[in-house]
Amino acid sequence: MTNPPWNLRESYTYDRNVIAEIRRAANTGIYRIRGWGAKRELPTLDDLVVLGASMSRYPLEGYREACGTDVVIGEGRAEIPVRLDIPVTIAGMSFGSLSAQAKEALGRGASAVGTSTTSGDGGMTEEERGHSKTLVYQYLPSRYGMNPDDLRRADAIEIVVGQGAKPGGGGMLMGQKITERVAEMRTLPEGIDQRSACRHPDWTGPDDLEIKIIELREIVDHRVPIYVKVGAARPFYDTALAVKAGADAVVVDGMQGGTAATQDVFIEHVGIPTIAAIPEAVRALRELGVHRGEVKLIAAGGMRSGADVAKALALGADAVSIGTAALIAIGDNNPALEAEYNAVGSSAGYFEDFQTGNDPAGITTQDPELSARLDPEIGGRRLANYLRVLSIEAQTIARACGKSHVLNLEPEDLAALTVEAAAMAKVPLAGTTWIPGDGLGVLHRENS
Amino acid sequence: MSATKLDMSTASLRDVNSTLHAAKSGSFEIINPRGAHAIAAGITTDITVDVADSVGYYSAGMNQVGTVRIEGNAGTGLAENMMSGLVHITGSATMSAGASGHGGLLVIEGNAGARCGISMKGIDIVVGGNVGHMSAFMGQAGNLVVLGDADADLGDSLYEPNIFVRGDVASLGADCVEKELRAEHVETLTHLLGSSGMTASPSDFRRYGSARQLYNFHPDDIDAELAEEGLT
Repeated sequence: MTNPPWNLRESYTYDRNVIAEIRRAANTGIYRIRGWGAKRELPTLDDLVVLGASMSRYPLEGYREACGTDVVIGEGRAEIPVRLDIPVTIAGMSFGSLSAQAKEALGRGASAVGTSTTSGDGGMTEEERGHSKTLVYQYLPSRYGMNPDDLRRADAIEIVVGQGAKPGGGGMLMGQKITERVAEMRTLPEGIDQRSACRHPDWTGPDDLEIKIIELREIVDHRVPIYVKVGAARPFYDTALAVKAGADAVVVDGMQGGTAATQDVFIEHVGIPTIAAIPEAVRALRELGVHRGEVKLIAAGGMRSGADVAKALALGADAVSIGTAALIAIGDNNPALEAEYNAVGSSAGYFEDFQTGNDPAGITTQDPELSARLDPEIGGRRLANYLRVLSIEAQTIARACGKSHVLNLEPEDLAALTVEAAAMAKVPLAGTTWIPGDGLGVLHRENS
Repeated sequence: MSATKLDMSTASLRDVNSTLHAAKSGSFEIINPRGAHAIAAGITTDITVDVADSVGYYSAGMNQVGTVRIEGNAGTGLAENMMSGLVHITGSATMSAGASGHGGLLVIEGNAGARCGISMKGIDIVVGGNVGHMSAFMGQAGNLVVLGDADADLGDSLYEPNIFVRGDVASLGADCVEKELRAEHVETLTHLLGSSGMTASPSDFRRYGSARQLYNFHPDDIDAELAEEGLT
């Protein structure tokens, strides 16, 4: 029955998606594993609006007055700081989860607009190093493919404590994607269902992390900045501890952040939304006196538009990072491939089974035939265009607020559309001066 | 040629490591290390470094080609992610010695704490004494040789390393089983014991490895089973 009669009522609690999942679990006895990020409705940056200039402040002219977008990370702390032309970076995504062509496309696109890309769980490939002007090398719990030569070839090091899609969880890569090359890079048997470690093998807390950062700085002779990436769960404490451990940048990844594969229950139920994470991270940076100064904040998780970028910066981030949106830009979930998505039991706009390796777009796969479908040059151009749009849109908003640099955006430029967003973002509900919970927060802090 | 002396009562960690990183060859002696962290981390050339006393965390971390000898004990993460060369310590090492090491030989004459050889990826580790709990956890490749005893959950979630223990094993971790000690393993043991200067008979060791039961998920599929039987 494709169109149920009007007298039938679907349960809100047990809708068809819930029923399908219960049936799937009953059939297989295993949790659901998938890619993408949280799909359920969450508070987002869409719940905020920007307060453009009015009588009390004047806007800047779009075509005549400059509005800077550059960001520098590690200045005064690393011999060679990271210099980005735009405040949007490409998040860590591994070769293995992505095809070599996809990694190359990400590198090409990011480099074309003067921003960075990031390796992932599985080491550095020549494709991404060769095509990435600025490459951030992730230092992960699994240490797959980790070697000091690559560490020294990196423009920055990102110590990954967690990611937004699965704070507290390790990565996964199903056997279909553990090809000979991937297996060799990770020192794993070919075809196994890889479950990565969820915590680092040689440090377990902030005191250890401080010493780990000393070691990494020594190994690279203090040349490049060191980031610490956390999945958004307790961003105030995590950010404060990362700063105290010596991080030059803290990456806070909200629960809308994507993944190549993990348990659905993790993706949908662990962590907090990006809109709630940024202000808490900023609060920690402010309390330590390093906000918009020595230590930079990179916000990630569900960034889609220049409006998201501008709002994240206004909340206090110094840059944002994109993953899922970057994959879409290079061709993921392309409607032109609808028939092929149907053939693998999905549909354009819904495809999330990155773990299967049968991605018709040739992005989340290791299949040579599928991978060859993605032209890295075209993919790179698409990504560069998209990144330009994000940057220009953020500039447009910043100018409308009278700011000569996107980093001059501030919480005062924002209002919230919902009570929840106002409480999380710590900006007033639109049309009021009310920030829910602010008084309680002050009381809590005073008593703690 | 005598060793170049580096005195950490006057030289900073940065000074010491910069000197070691710049050296193409030669021998160095580090005195008064005073338990400093990351001593001799990131060596990339065929140099020899003798450290005259105990060291802190991550000593000889990510060592490539070089030889580092430590007269004393070491803190967490000794020779972590070592790639090649030799790291030899006369005393004991605390947690995570040789963690995620890709190659080379790590010799610990005393005991090693918890998670010795965790995530090992090809390194050879020889421990003269005992190892702590969860040693070789999630190990992927290489050899862990223990002349003493192993504490609980040895080799949990193991991939393809060989673990050789001469003494008692408190318990094996998930998917770790005892395996036959074949001629090629005796050969490996003979070589590693000889290289590390340890005296023991290879035949006294028992070998442990992965049962390979955790390599893949094993989902049920009741619907497919019923369909095959024509019951749907």
